Amino acid sequence: MLSVALRKSRDGFALDVAFEAPTPGVVALFGRSGCGKSTTIDLIAGLLKPDEGHVRLGNATLFDTRAGAHVAAEKRRIGYVFQNSRLFPHFSVASNLRYGQKRARGADERIGFDEVVELLGLTTLLARRPHQLSGGERQRVALGRALLSQPRLLLLDEPLASLDVARREEVLPYFEALRDRLSIPMVYVSHQFDEVLRLATHVVLLDAGKVVAQGSPGEVSLRPELRAIVGPEAVGAVLDGTIDSVDEARRLAQLRLGKGTLRISARDVHVGASVRVQLLARDIILAIEPPHALSVRNAIEGVVDEITPDDDDAALVRVDIGGAFVLSRVTPAAVDALALRRGSVVWVLIKAVSMRGHTFTAPARSPMI
Amino acid sequence: MLSREETEALRLSLEVASRSVLWSLPLAVLVAWVLTRTRFPGRTLFDAFVHLPLVLPPVAIGYVLLVLFGTRGPIGKWLLETFGIELAFTKNGAALATAVMTFPLMVRAIRIALENVDRGLEAAARTLGAGPLDRFATITLPLMAPGILAGAVTAFSAGLGEFGAVITFVSNIPGETRTLPLALYTAIQSPNGDALAARLAVLSFALGLTGLLVAEVFARRVRGWLGR
Repeated sequence: MLSVALRKSRDGFALDVAFEAPTPGVVALFGRSGCGKSTTIDLIAGLLKPDEGHVRLGNATLFDTRAGAHVAAEKRRIGYVFQNSRLFPHFSVASNLRYGQKRARGADERIGFDEVVELLGLTTLLARRPHQLSGGERQRVALGRALLSQPRLLLLDEPLASLDVARREEVLPYFEALRDRLSIPMVYVSHQFDEVLRLATHVVLLDAGKVVAQGSPGEVSLRPELRAIVGPEAVGAVLDGTIDSVDEARRLAQLRLGKGTLRISARDVHVGASVRVQLLARDIILAIEPPHALSVRNAIEGVVDEITPDDDDAALVRVDIGGAFVLSRVTPAAVDALALRRGSVVWVLIKAVSMRGHTFTAPARSPMI
Repeated sequence: MLSREETEALRLSLEVASRSVLWSLPLAVLVAWVLTRTRFPGRTLFDAFVHLPLVLPPVAIGYVLLVLFGTRGPIGKWLLETFGIELAFTKNGAALATAVMTFPLMVRAIRIALENVDRGLEAAARTLGAGPLDRFATITLPLMAPGILAGAVTAFSAGLGEFGAVITFVSNIPGETRTLPLALYTAIQSPNGDALAARLAVLSFALGLTGLLVAEVFARRVRGWLGR
């Protein structure tokens, strides 16, 4: 368990953040720029001193004003991957990687040099200097350097923010591999919800220095506070399920979600895989009769749970599809025409190609923490 | 090519300048660090004090040194009685006078270098388990190296020509304190010294120019090495 409660005021900005998350796992701190995400992880790392609060990881208390505990940043064994990588320019890639490893002697080595080099694909880069690397390569080296310091917690401060879309796609799979293969708890700061969607097991939503919502990505995806941050176009329920069957010929896979199943475009998935999908509210059509003769692959029966005005020209309809919820963004005129209200039975139509699915392996449980 | 007299003046100048740089360098790094990284009451006054030799007449500095470090001065007496070190009218005294005069130049160069060190890199080293001294030795100091080198070479070049403070503090003793500029001054003062004065002046020019060029080449090398 990672337990954080921190208060810090400086330069007219007041931060008051508290959250608890199971470990191992990936906690995403999500919010707009300037909401206090980076300050929060600087406080966890010990690079800034909180006015008040505590940071606990498993049995270890790293900071606690009430108990008078304050472990210096260099002794916390918390790895930190910075937005701009911060590789040491006067060292080679190999020396950068070994910097933290050398200083972690005494701690039992849980991940070795060769393993990190292999996991992050750094073999060909070892002799180079930081200025000879691309942005994506730099972030991989920074990640490897942090991992080799044998951290008990890894902090990632928008590690992909300085990269273009192609480079981000090059680095993201490494983070996924890290989450699935190593049992190091991570705190991932981001203002891109799709990164959060792919990586997080627990989401903490920050706004103006305060936690406005937290929970699993599925829970948080339904919260109005998230809508306020990402905007109406990016709203959509996040659902976790497992693959039931794969139809290679038609490139479709069946995803089990609670009671129902969803057909999604297959992309390198196998039966039994955990897959997380986001169903964007704007892509979801509602019908009050079972549809026929449509190209849509998914028609799931459900019950309207809640209708909320979204913005001036749309309403957000939350539909219970049996143990899970989906959101649909429709016009108020459609709500009237279909006479939708709480308890109405509807068919939720979802295009199989409109879903973004990501395989997601639950992080390995480790007795360490 | 050079006469015995000229060689001696050149050797003395090089020796005095080297010693002054070697002694003042660690202190200059410390002072630069204090001025850049710490906040304390009286910091502005301390900053001004460090830069004083740039604006005071060198003769005044030489006089103050004579009062403090002369064999009967408070520090000079103590040094002589405790360690047997005599500074007034010696080569080491010349090095001290030179060090005081070139100190602000060195501090300036090192300070600029320190201000340019990305503190984020020090924070990164911290998260990787490096304590304060470790961070300074492995991150801050190497990244300041170009500035330290530039400061040292500039101070060395300037030190070769230090005149006023040296002649006031340690006088003009052939073979002991008669450095290049002092020898030049002596030559100008003597009735038949024109040719010697011209040769010594050319030598001074050549040395100064070499120093500045070496500083620039060094700085470029190190910048390339850091990938900037």
